[in-house]
Amino acid sequence: MDADEMNNNQSGAAAGDVLLEMRDVHIEGFSDEQWHPIIKGVDITLKRGEIMGLIGESGAGKSTLGLAAMGFARPGCRITKGTIRFDNQELTELPKKNKRELWGTRIAYVAQSAAASFNPAHRLIDQTVEAANRSQIRPVAESRSDAIDLFKALQLPSPDTIGSRYPHQVSGGQLQRVMTAMAMSPRPDLIIFDEPTTALDVTTQVEVLASMRKIVEEFHTAAIYITHDLAVVAQMADFIKVLRYGDEVEEAPTRSMLSAPQQEYTKSLWSVRDFEKPEEQGDDVVLSLDGIDAAYGKTKVLHDINISLTRGKTVAVVGESGSGKSTAARVITGLLPPGKGQVVFNGEALPRELKGRSKEQLQRIQMIYQMADTAMNPRQTVGQIIGRPLDFYLGLTGAAQEKRVLELLKMIELDESFIDRLPSELSGGQKQRICIARALAAEPEIIICDEVTSALDQIVQEGILKLLLSLQKEFGISYLFITHDIATVKAISDEIVVMFQGKVVEQGLKSEILNPPYPEYTKLLLSSVPEMDPDWLTNLLSERA
Amino acid sequence: MSVCVSLDVWSKSLHPVLSTVLKRLGLGLITLFVVSAIIFSSISLLPGDFGEAVLGQAATEDTVAAFRKELGLDKPAVTRYFEWVGSVLRGDLGTSFSGRAASGVNRARSVVELVKPRLQNTLFLAGVTAIIAVPLALILGLAAALYRNSYFDRTVNVTTLTTIAMPEFFVAYILILFFSSLLPWFPSLANVSAETPFWERLYKISLPAITLTLVIMAHMMRMTRAAIINLLASDYIEMARLKGASRREVILKHALPNAWAPIATVIAFNLAFLVVGVVVVEVVFVYPGIGQLMVDAVTSRDIPVVQACALIFAGTYILLNLLADVIGIVSNPRLLHPR
Repeated sequence: MDADEMNNNQSGAAAGDVLLEMRDVHIEGFSDEQWHPIIKGVDITLKRGEIMGLIGESGAGKSTLGLAAMGFARPGCRITKGTIRFDNQELTELPKKNKRELWGTRIAYVAQSAAASFNPAHRLIDQTVEAANRSQIRPVAESRSDAIDLFKALQLPSPDTIGSRYPHQVSGGQLQRVMTAMAMSPRPDLIIFDEPTTALDVTTQVEVLASMRKIVEEFHTAAIYITHDLAVVAQMADFIKVLRYGDEVEEAPTRSMLSAPQQEYTKSLWSVRDFEKPEEQGDDVVLSLDGIDAAYGKTKVLHDINISLTRGKTVAVVGESGSGKSTAARVITGLLPPGKGQVVFNGEALPRELKGRSKEQLQRIQMIYQMADTAMNPRQTVGQIIGRPLDFYLGLTGAAQEKRVLELLKMIELDESFIDRLPSELSGGQKQRICIARALAAEPEIIICDEVTSALDQIVQEGILKLLLSLQKEFGISYLFITHDIATVKAISDEIVVMFQGKVVEQGLKSEILNPPYPEYTKLLLSSVPEMDPDWLTNLLSERA
Repeated sequence: MSVCVSLDVWSKSLHPVLSTVLKRLGLGLITLFVVSAIIFSSISLLPGDFGEAVLGQAATEDTVAAFRKELGLDKPAVTRYFEWVGSVLRGDLGTSFSGRAASGVNRARSVVELVKPRLQNTLFLAGVTAIIAVPLALILGLAAALYRNSYFDRTVNVTTLTTIAMPEFFVAYILILFFSSLLPWFPSLANVSAETPFWERLYKISLPAITLTLVIMAHMMRMTRAAIINLLASDYIEMARLKGASRREVILKHALPNAWAPIATVIAFNLAFLVVGVVVVEVVFVYPGIGQLMVDAVTSRDIPVVQACALIFAGTYILLNLLADVIGIVSNPRLLHPR
C-alpha cells in the first residue's frame, strides 16, 4: 500500500477508501496425505460500503476465499502466499490475538446454515451481543437494546422477546436474520455473507434478502456476498467476481456482467437454465392418490391430497419445506401408511403398508433421493449397487448381471471402468447417475425423484435433467418429481402440482400453472423466484408494498 | 408396560423435563423389580445348600430338613420371592442365616444391622474418592482438550492410561510401598470402625481413595476430552471463533455446555463402580466395606445378605444412571425449553 492510501486511512473512514485488498492469495488444503491448492492467486479490492458478489460452483473455493478475507483458514487449510490487507493491517502477519480483536467486531461472518451455526446451548440475544460485549464497543445494556433495534430493522416477529429464545425455537429464515443482526451488532466494516439464503425457501429468501440489503445499505457496510445463485447475487452486489477451480474467471460491475459476460465459462453459467421441455398432455393414468390423509404420530401433515400421474409423463410437485411433498412420496412407496384414502396404481389399489406389497408392486415404483451420498452403501462398488436390484427383482446373477450393469452404465453415460469404483471415488453428479441406474435396473414404471438435483451445481443439474428426460422418452417411465426449485420444474415437467401446508393448491398442465390467473399462493411462490435482473428485488418489493 | 402408558397419560400436563424424569423413574423401578427377580432366581441356582453347608456332611436328612424349615427354605421359590419383595418394600431385608439357633445360640442379626455400617463405609470411601476424582478428571480433561496434542495433553493421556492399565491391587501395593513403607505418610491399613472419628477416618482411607482415584480417572478424563474435541468441528464453534472468542472461551462457553450428557454418563458409570466394584481394594486395605461383606456372604451361602447387597448394587446403578439422564436432559435446551 502506498503512502497516499495510508494517509487516507489515517485521516478517517471516508467512503471510497480501499477497505480490503487481497493480492495473489494462494491457499492450500490438506487431504489424502497431501497439500492441494484450493485458491490459486486471487486478487480482491473492496472499498468501504461496496458489496462484492463472489460466485462459482461447489469446490470453486468461494468459502475458503471468503474466510481468507478475515485472515482465517479452516483447520486443514493454510494460506501459503499473498497479502491480505484489511484497513491497513496485514492479516497474514498479524498475531492471532490481534486477529481475534478484528473478528466479530470489525469483520463479521454470516454462515450458510444458521441452524448449525448458532450454539444450541445459549439464548439468541446472548449470542447476538457476544462479540460487541467482548470488545466493549458500548455498555452491555445498550448492546441488548441495540440488538432489539436490529431485530426490528430486520423485520423479525416480536423483536423485544425473540432474543430470549433458543435457536431451536425459531424458524430457519428467522435464524438467518438473527445471524445478520449478530454480525451487525458491533457495526463491522466488512461482513462476509457465505450463501446465507441457500438453505431457505424462495418466499423466505425474498424477505431475508430484502432485510439484509436494507441493513447493509443503512450502515454503509462493505460486504462479500458468496453464492452459487446468479439471480440472488444480482440483487445484492455492486460488482461480481466469478471463481472456478480456485481461479478468477472474470470480474465486472453487476449490470455489465449480466448483460455481457465475457468468458465462455461465465456464459455457460448464464445460459444453463434456458432449456425447457415442451409439455405434453398424458391420457393413461398410471398412479393416483385419492383423498390421502397422513400423519406423523399426532401431527397431521397431509390433508385430503389428490394427485394423478399419467404414463410416460412428468408431474412436478412443488412447495416449500414442510408442505408435505416428501410425505406424499413416503405414502406412495408405502413407508408411511396413510390415515385415509388410497394409492391407485394401474387401476388397482396398493396395500397401504410396504409389508403388504408384492415384489412386483415394489419393483414398479422406484425412488431416487436428494443426497446420493447417503443413499448408497459406501462399502459397495457401483457394480454391487446396481446389481442388487437386478438380482432381487429380475433374478439376474453372474455374467448376465454384469452385462446388464454395463448396459445400464452406458444408459447413464458412464463408461465401463466405473463398475469397480466405490461411491467415494465419484463426483456428486456421477453419484446421482448411479442412483438413477439403480432405479432403472428394476425396470420400473414410475420413478419418484425427491429433490434429486438440489444438491448439485447448475451445470451438473442440467446434465442430470437431460438424462432423465431422454430415459423417459426411451422407456416411457413416469416421473413424480419433487422439488422446490421453479427453474427445475420448468425444465422437466408436463404437469405441476403446487402444495402448501399439506394441501394441494392446484394441479394442471405446466402452461396453465405458470401463467395467470394464479391462486394467491402460487402467485407468491412464482413471484419469489429471483430473476436475472438487478432491479428484480427492488421492483418486487415496491409491487408488494 | 401398562405402568408406562398410565405414566404417559398422567405426565401430559407436566413440564416435559419433569415428565421425562418421572417416566425414567418409573422405568427404573420396573428395572429394579426385574433385577430383583434375576437376583433371586440366580441365587437359587447357586450350587450347594445353606443347611448342608452349615450342618456339615454328617448331618442327618431330618436335621437338614428341620433347619431348612426354620429358615423358610422349604417353601416354593415363588412364595419365597414374594415374601422377600414384600418385606423389602417394608424396609425389612430379613435376618441373616449366620448365627442361627440351630448352629448353637441364636445370635442371628438382621440384615439391615449387618449391611448398614458396611454401606456407610463404602459410601464414605466412594464419596471422598468422587470429590477428588471427578473435579480433577474434568479439569484435566478440559485442559487436555484446550491444549490438545501438546506435551501436557500427551503426558496426561499416557499417565492416566498407565494407571488404568494396571490392576487395582497392583496400584494399591505400589502406593503402600511408596507412601506407607518407604515414606511413612499414610497408614497401610484402613481398618475403621463405627467409633473412628471423622478426621482419623479420612486419614485412614487416604491410600484406598488415591488408589480408586487413579483407577477411575482415566475414563472420565478421556471422555471429557473426547466429548469436547468432538464438538470442536461444529459450525457453531467455527462461528464462535469467527466472532473472536479465545480458545478458552470456545471450550468453556461454547463446547462444554453441549458436552454434559456424555460426560455425565461416564461419571455416573464410574461412581457406580466406586460402590459396587471395589472389593479388591477393600481387601488390600482391610477396609470393612460392602464388597467384602457380599463376598463373605456368598462363601457362607448367607442368602438374605447376598440378596440385599445385590439389590443395593442394582439400585445404585439405576439411580446414578437416572441422575446422568436427568443431567443430559437439563443440559439440553431442546428438552428444557420446548418449542
